[in-house]
Amino acid sequence: MSEEMITVNMTVNGEAVSKTIPVRTHLVDFIRTELGFTGSHLGCEHGVCGACSVRVDGDVVRGCLLLAAQADGCEVLTIEGITDTGEISDLQEKFVERNALQCGYCTPGMLMTAAELLAQKTEMSRDDIREYMSGNYCRCTGYHAIVDAIESINNERLGG
Amino acid sequence: MGFIHPYDRPNSYIGRTLPRSRAKRAVAGRGRYTDDITPPRTLHAAFVRSPYAHAKILNIDVEAAKDASGVKLVMTGSELAEMCTGPWVGTLKVFENMKAEPQHPMAVDRVCWHGEPVVMVIAETRAQAEDAGELVVVEYEELPVVINKETALDPGSPVIHANLGDNKAWEHTLGSGDVDKAFEEADHVLEETFYFGRHTAVSLEPRIVLCEYDKGTEQLTIHTSSQCPHMIETVFAQTLGVPEHNVRIVAPDVGGSFGLKIHTFGDEIAATAAAIQLGRPVKFVADRLESFLSDIHARENRVKAKIGIMNDGTMIAAEIDDLSGVGAYSQYPRTSVFEANQILNISFGPYKHPNYRARAQVVYLNAVPTSQYRAVGHPIGISVGEFMMDWAADVTGLDPFEIRRKNIMEDDSYPRPIGSGIPMKDLSHQACLEKLYGLMAYEDLLSEQTELRKKGIYRGIGVAGFIKGTAPSPVGYYGAGGARIAAQDATTVKLEPSGGVIVALGVTDQGQGVDTVMEQIAAAAIGCSMDHVRAISGDTDATPYGGGTYASRATAIGGEATYQAALDLRREILHMAGILLQADPNELDIVDGHVVNDGSNEPRIPLSEIGRIGHFQLGELPNNYQPVLSHTRRYRLQDSPYIYTNGIHGAYVEVDVDTGWIRHLKHWVVEDCGRIINQQLADEQIRGGCVQGLGGALYEHCIYDDYGQLQNGTMADYVTPMMSEMPDIEIDHIQTPTSESELGAKGAGESGTGAAPGVVMNAVNNAIKPLTDGRVTEQPITPEIVLGALGKI
Repeated sequence: MSEEMITVNMTVNGEAVSKTIPVRTHLVDFIRTELGFTGSHLGCEHGVCGACSVRVDGDVVRGCLLLAAQADGCEVLTIEGITDTGEISDLQEKFVERNALQCGYCTPGMLMTAAELLAQKTEMSRDDIREYMSGNYCRCTGYHAIVDAIESINNERLGG
Repeated sequence: MGFIHPYDRPNSYIGRTLPRSRAKRAVAGRGRYTDDITPPRTLHAAFVRSPYAHAKILNIDVEAAKDASGVKLVMTGSELAEMCTGPWVGTLKVFENMKAEPQHPMAVDRVCWHGEPVVMVIAETRAQAEDAGELVVVEYEELPVVINKETALDPGSPVIHANLGDNKAWEHTLGSGDVDKAFEEADHVLEETFYFGRHTAVSLEPRIVLCEYDKGTEQLTIHTSSQCPHMIETVFAQTLGVPEHNVRIVAPDVGGSFGLKIHTFGDEIAATAAAIQLGRPVKFVADRLESFLSDIHARENRVKAKIGIMNDGTMIAAEIDDLSGVGAYSQYPRTSVFEANQILNISFGPYKHPNYRARAQVVYLNAVPTSQYRAVGHPIGISVGEFMMDWAADVTGLDPFEIRRKNIMEDDSYPRPIGSGIPMKDLSHQACLEKLYGLMAYEDLLSEQTELRKKGIYRGIGVAGFIKGTAPSPVGYYGAGGARIAAQDATTVKLEPSGGVIVALGVTDQGQGVDTVMEQIAAAAIGCSMDHVRAISGDTDATPYGGGTYASRATAIGGEATYQAALDLRREILHMAGILLQADPNELDIVDGHVVNDGSNEPRIPLSEIGRIGHFQLGELPNNYQPVLSHTRRYRLQDSPYIYTNGIHGAYVEVDVDTGWIRHLKHWVVEDCGRIINQQLADEQIRGGCVQGLGGALYEHCIYDDYGQLQNGTMADYVTPMMSEMPDIEIDHIQTPTSESELGAKGAGESGTGAAPGVVMNAVNNAIKPLTDGRVTEQPITPEIVLGALGKI
């Protein structure tokens, strides 16, 4: 049985890409293996852990639950893309300073979601942060340092 | 030596919080994990796994799979066995009378657990390999299943491995004093039975191997997500008959490990065999379902405990009887009996009781093999001991802090053995307990608890002390047991021509910050800036042979090796500087990368000049001095079996007495992990460890049905802690350096996991105490269990 193929066109991290791929290719596999952006990780491949979180047309989605074909015509940003734009450079620096990551496998997805939360530019409690971030699992840190880092950047941004 | 005291020199990095360089690339999405590496012409492996817990393999038909699109190889268990030097037998000589069935990397004629690998398919893509796997037809004849540890030793029980006679893997007893007499003399004898649910590591990056075999040089290179590259090298070389010096293991960034990644697995051997046979790179990544079905599991235990207490709260005797349900085989080469062994070793470990008796029985089950997972045995032993201590407090009318004050070993009473016979030294139970009392503002919590109870809000305060075995010695288990697993470790410290320093480590970094800690130690010992030091770890071609990172040993063992190697390099630098400056080396010092006169910070010669002359301008040195500038030191514990640490946790929880729901409000830890090298990294090890322990205590459970079918193989129904469920965790320290080493560091990576389950169980029981005589004695503590203890269901 020959593999059914499809041609997809999208913008990934600011660059237009066009590839012919098996129709069953998930978005995150497409980004990792076809485009070489390996910052988005696969933790569960069933939409629970959040390690594959990417931004599609402005919304953070699970890269493992979307087919690449579904993102045809979309604007996709990964951790590499939002690193290059400098959008979360303050948060990234804080994550390093506060050691809000250990193995780093969940971190790109964690930062994608945190960027979305911080973009709300609103007062938030530690419990609010914990609630919003609960779709991103971390097995190393125990979460406390992640909450510290996000809280501190939110305060800095609101204060600034 | 003055270098290990904080802040008294420009390069005193010991005790400072410094960021990790690996973290900087990880936040940019530029970490490099094994699956991020794909050499040209890489093939992909998928496995056909047993759908049965126990069955005879009658026939395997792979013809259709071989013809499928993209398929390059289909290999059965018997074909793989022919490429291997022999099956694994997971025993160690130190575990007397232990029995284990030989285990092939893939099943040969019989499957013994749901998920055991049976056939491997190699194809151009993973999807094609999985498609072809669907075409493999395996005929099975089901065999009786042993899945209940409570009946596994009954005379009528089916026996999994006929050659072993019964299902018992090992039985062990230990103790001291006259336990029976003490129970007779005790004012109160308390007995309880506890159940602990099997759980597993769930590293977010699953197990993975990328295997490459060069048929010209006969060199085998495996990139893999491993904590112990040298041990993996040894096991792969042995199993596949490749000379060990031709094997290179590279562990790049490792996405979580927690003990899972000290082990070897049959599917990884199979993928490597395929790479050897095909001469092309082969990658195998366990998907999440496969991870639940094949990663080691841990902690399936039933423990009966009994203590004797006097009216004044003094504990005079303790007894435990553990029944461990391990898997279908004993995990090679570390075995599956350590959990039971550690429970016996450490239960009631903080206390002075003179009479102790402990027995463990370990039985095989038709389930995933169990073995070492973070804090082996400790969550169980600590939960049991600390529950009994709280119960004794209730019976004698003492406060939980007060009964512990009465029974813990005094800080000035070491060295001394505990009831299991294990020697203790350099501990600080009293100092930690008093610090926790203040840290958690215990009296304020009591007042708040009382007030809220009047409003129908049930909050509980928990306390749990512990000892934790870290950094095992070579005389205790692996070495004496005959396993080729290094309990010593090694570091090479080299001065480069530029004056930069390379620190090559036998221990490894999975995000704990081991590389950074070692750079801190080396820079402090030499007397140079951190910027001039770079650690290398996780590559067996580039690092001296070592045990890797397991059992909270990296800083305690590897750190001392690094410290001593760096001091050797420092001595040589001073020797060479003495020649070049015509000075007495004893009157020279190194500060900020420059040799100076002792007591002065005025530079006389920089390390870059020492490097340049030592590597290139040898004519400036006398013929009788040949520079080495590369020093390797090894370090091991000698007489002590472990470096023990101690500490105490506090927890504050709220229980919804209508739904049984537990909300963990706040967690405190006071810990003595000896000399701290990097405080933030130590704190985060403890915090992460706590949450892993809380996961096991509250949510995580590998559930089997009566037929040995694993019922929950996704992260949606095997529940690990989410951010919203976990509390803030406040940490403080007592630092009692271990007298085993000059550096004085003990292990810190696992104790959080060890003690958190016990403290949360105590807090839950404290919360529901006004409402019931029932107690929670089972983990994970689901709402159903809480409601059961409340007598509501």
